[in-house]
Amino acid sequence: MRQKLESIRNDALKEISVASDLSQVNDIRVKFLGKKGELTNVLRGMGALSADERPVIGQLANEVRESIEREIEQKMSVLREAEKLAQLSRETIDVTLPGRPFQIGKRHPLTVVLDEIKEIFLGLGFEIAETPEVEVDYYNFEALNFPADHPARDMQDSFYISPGVLLRTHTSGTQPRVMEKRAPYIPLKVIGPGRVYRRDDDATHSPMFHQIEGFIIDKNISFSDLKGTLLVVVRQMFGEDRQIRLRPSFFPFTEPSAEVDVSCIMCNGAGCRVCSNTGWLEILGAGMIHPNVLKMSGYDPEEVTGFAFGLGVERVAMLKYGIDDLRLLFDNDKRFLAQF
Amino acid sequence: MRVSYKWLKEYVDIPVSPEELAEKMTMTGVAVENIEYPGRGLDKIVTGRIESISPHPDADKLVFCRINIGSEVLQVVTGAPNVREGQIILLALVGATLPGGKITKAKLRGVESFGMLCSAQEMGLDPKNFPPDQQEGILEFAADTPLGVDARELLGLDDVVLELELTPNRADCLSMVGVAREVSAVLGTKVKMPEIKVGETSEVIDGQVTVTINNPELCGRYVGRLIRNVKIEPSPVWMQHRLQAAGIRPISNIVDVTNYVLMELGQPLHAFDYDKLRDHAIIVRKAKPGEKIYSLDDVERELSTEMLVIADPARPVAIAGVMGGLDTEITGETTSVLIESAYFNPASIHRTSKTLALQSESSMRFAKGIDPNGCLLAANRACQLIQEMGAGENVKGAVDNFPVPRDNAVIRLRPERTALIIGIEVPASQIREIMIKLGFGVKEDGEGFLVEVPTRRGDISAEIDLIEEVARLFGYNNIPTTLPEGASSEGRKTIAQTVTDEVIDVMTRCGLTEIITLSFMNPRVLDILNLPADNPLREVVTVENPLSEEQRILRMTMLHGIFDIMSRNTARKNKDLAFFEVGRIFTPVEGEKLPKETLTLAAGVMGRTKSGWQTGAAEMDFYYLKGVLETLMDTLNITRYNIAPETANPTFHPGRTAGIELAGNVVGVIGEVHPNVTDNYRLSEKVLALQVNLEELISAVGGARKYSQLPKYPAIERDIAIVVSKDVLSADVNRIIRKNAGQLLESISLFDLYEGEQIKEGYKSMAFALKFQAPDRTLTDEEVNTIHEKIQKALQDSLGAELRA
Repeated sequence: MRQKLESIRNDALKEISVASDLSQVNDIRVKFLGKKGELTNVLRGMGALSADERPVIGQLANEVRESIEREIEQKMSVLREAEKLAQLSRETIDVTLPGRPFQIGKRHPLTVVLDEIKEIFLGLGFEIAETPEVEVDYYNFEALNFPADHPARDMQDSFYISPGVLLRTHTSGTQPRVMEKRAPYIPLKVIGPGRVYRRDDDATHSPMFHQIEGFIIDKNISFSDLKGTLLVVVRQMFGEDRQIRLRPSFFPFTEPSAEVDVSCIMCNGAGCRVCSNTGWLEILGAGMIHPNVLKMSGYDPEEVTGFAFGLGVERVAMLKYGIDDLRLLFDNDKRFLAQF
Repeated sequence: MRVSYKWLKEYVDIPVSPEELAEKMTMTGVAVENIEYPGRGLDKIVTGRIESISPHPDADKLVFCRINIGSEVLQVVTGAPNVREGQIILLALVGATLPGGKITKAKLRGVESFGMLCSAQEMGLDPKNFPPDQQEGILEFAADTPLGVDARELLGLDDVVLELELTPNRADCLSMVGVAREVSAVLGTKVKMPEIKVGETSEVIDGQVTVTINNPELCGRYVGRLIRNVKIEPSPVWMQHRLQAAGIRPISNIVDVTNYVLMELGQPLHAFDYDKLRDHAIIVRKAKPGEKIYSLDDVERELSTEMLVIADPARPVAIAGVMGGLDTEITGETTSVLIESAYFNPASIHRTSKTLALQSESSMRFAKGIDPNGCLLAANRACQLIQEMGAGENVKGAVDNFPVPRDNAVIRLRPERTALIIGIEVPASQIREIMIKLGFGVKEDGEGFLVEVPTRRGDISAEIDLIEEVARLFGYNNIPTTLPEGASSEGRKTIAQTVTDEVIDVMTRCGLTEIITLSFMNPRVLDILNLPADNPLREVVTVENPLSEEQRILRMTMLHGIFDIMSRNTARKNKDLAFFEVGRIFTPVEGEKLPKETLTLAAGVMGRTKSGWQTGAAEMDFYYLKGVLETLMDTLNITRYNIAPETANPTFHPGRTAGIELAGNVVGVIGEVHPNVTDNYRLSEKVLALQVNLEELISAVGGARKYSQLPKYPAIERDIAIVVSKDVLSADVNRIIRKNAGQLLESISLFDLYEGEQIKEGYKSMAFALKFQAPDRTLTDEEVNTIHEKIQKALQDSLGAELRA
């Protein structure tokens, strides 16, 4: 009997070791350990054994059963693992096929740039004001210290709607419009983005374009604050290693006034085609708000001072993205817009 | 303003190069836009005398000349028609590089040639800068011109021209002396004013000329000087060169002198033929109704009664400050000249020159404001030059009518105010020094400076103007960079701004791309959009002075922009378009100066969605765009809106269009665009579009969202399928279901819609999934069945619906 048990064990282990799939292993289990299996058959003959032998053989039979079961378990886990691997391997797909396309639209590059600039100023504590695009002469010129019949008005050839009503030629009207409402409140920090219109239409001018006006009114605001603020803004817009340069200029509504240049974003100041070899790019106009402008809109220029600046959005977008033709921005070609 | 560097150096010491000067001026406020080197490339061109001319043996049109250039005699073959023996010409020698190419030793039909005779054009010079008889053909010079002289020297081109880009306030720099003063302030060197001494005859002006100013508010000063025995000739070469450098064409001695003084001192002068002035009387007055004048450019101009004229007792003889009259022009026969040197009101000249569309060097200066205290000086300067060049003799004295004298301004300048504005304390001594460099008078008292500003600086009338002078000459780049101190402020967007940004965001997430179009439209668009004559959208805001008919009116709809951009993209073979724009539309308001500007959203789609290898493209139809609208409304948390059929919008398909309603008001439209309109835009596919008043949406935006508890008890789902008449609206079925389902109905969704086989003609089958749920218990089948039956009955009763199994 002992021999028989040993031979069952040997046979079972041998068969298990050569089994190649789970069903074979299952068959082996039935064959050796099932109700009609070989081990069961042998154990049925236990009754014929002596009382001394019975526990010994019983223990052996248990050992044989356990070792076969262990072996089966082990084999099955190996086979399951192999099966899983085979399964995974059968499931291989071509990962280089293109993904499912999602239809996502794009913001217009001018909106992208406007949003960026707005974020910078919101971070500096500015609020955003919106004022009419069709404007009365008073806010577009008079309240900005443009004398009537003065050549300074010719700098900005206007579209008229009716006498004294025109399409705003700049966003600077934001200054008197907001000041008038808020005076004598300080600190007033405002940007006014929007469409502006001038009678110009050629390769480098569009009759409609976008500006952002910005201004601060508070006690003790100085030209050096203007320089510092613009430096922060320019660096956020074009990178931390930008420099700025201010050149004296003239706007009726600011004094002292300046044209502000940024070190060329293409050549870093070395001189290239974009900056006409000067190393500098003219980027905005700025200055200290003229005392007359403060006075007309309800602030006392002896009590408060302020600075203002105006930025061309198209110019920034063109520099930022290397766009070489203004007209692309208003052509709205799908292939162009898809790039932003 | 073009400034000859050579000429400028007559009035001020310039110890730096032109390039360095340009940089310094630009950085202190007088921008040098361009530096021109007029003589560049004109080397190896010299004067020569044509000693002999012989016919070319083998060519009728060519001759060969022997030309003496002083050091040698060269043989040159030329085809120039106007060559003569003894002529002094310019010869480009072998090795010279002209705009047309390099001059080489050549053989022309067998005869050797060692150079080329030059015309102005061949040297790359503008013929308009030369006297009329020199504008064509080879240039010719006086017989006593030395031989072998360099062309640059001869033509005064050994110079550098600085082109100034002057801001409107710096009218004082519209003259050589003015620029010299600025240079002196920038470099700290001395100004050298020309010495003005007038040689006069014994004849006195008294009684020879009368000047009457009827409108002293428009003419603050009028100076006249009389010159006799005038001989009209070309002006001296040096004067011609200077005028040419300034961009002015030499004409004749008298005219050239007036232009020379204009450029030198900035005072416009006018020369009348004295003998043609009736009664030798000048009357400065406004034009009479219907009055006309032939101006110097031989154009008859109708004057308005607002315009100032210079007249004699019979007629106007000049449009004051703008242009002289043809009748009293200087001609070859002129023997007596009256020089006018006046001050006119800037605004009046600006208006007249704008109205007549006539701008001259003179009108431009008057409009910007000249120095009334410079009039006499300029008249004297002109007389001096005329006499010095032997062009005439000056009658003793001047007529000087100066009804509105102007004194120098005295302005207080406080150093502490200067420091506050600039942001750095500029030492008082430095402020004083800057004022002195500018030629201003400075006194100091306990409260700061009292600065006396000469009338030539009309731009300086207040303290802030002086502070600007300090700042620019101190140097903007010497001013430190600081950040504003003071109270902090809150930077945030308004609700409207936040919502607008969110709208743009949702639209892009829904697959539409933003466009930005001009606010202008052609009035024809009203027809293109199919608007009938009585449509209220035909009330538009019109531009008085558009650049073209394309930009005549302001948009009162945003749809044109969408269709137009679709059309342009289609023309470029771009397919499958999905665009939107956010912007303002303009509508006139009765009795208001300004139109109403309404922030508006428009969108349009055409073609199919993006497709891939797994998923086919879907047609972007009405329901696609409606889905976009629903997503937008959901994102904005607007729940109470209604989409109802709209059959009367002329731009849209009558059966495929809906109004977007908020609280009973129509705030927008969505639908398929009318085929006539798509045809007008040459769009060959269906276009779906929407437009909605964004301001209405903004005010309807739902408040902060509140969380509602997730259901604790299971839902029961039931489907309901009905057959109804084709014209029954989905919204009506929905409403009846909701009304009859009561509180327990959680959601309805349409999952199938079918027409065709097995459904009778004129009917459609609709299947809805209904979900019932109670917040506090598990529903029983019986409960739901009762509701379901009620719904079915209601649908049968009110819509004649037939139930399907």
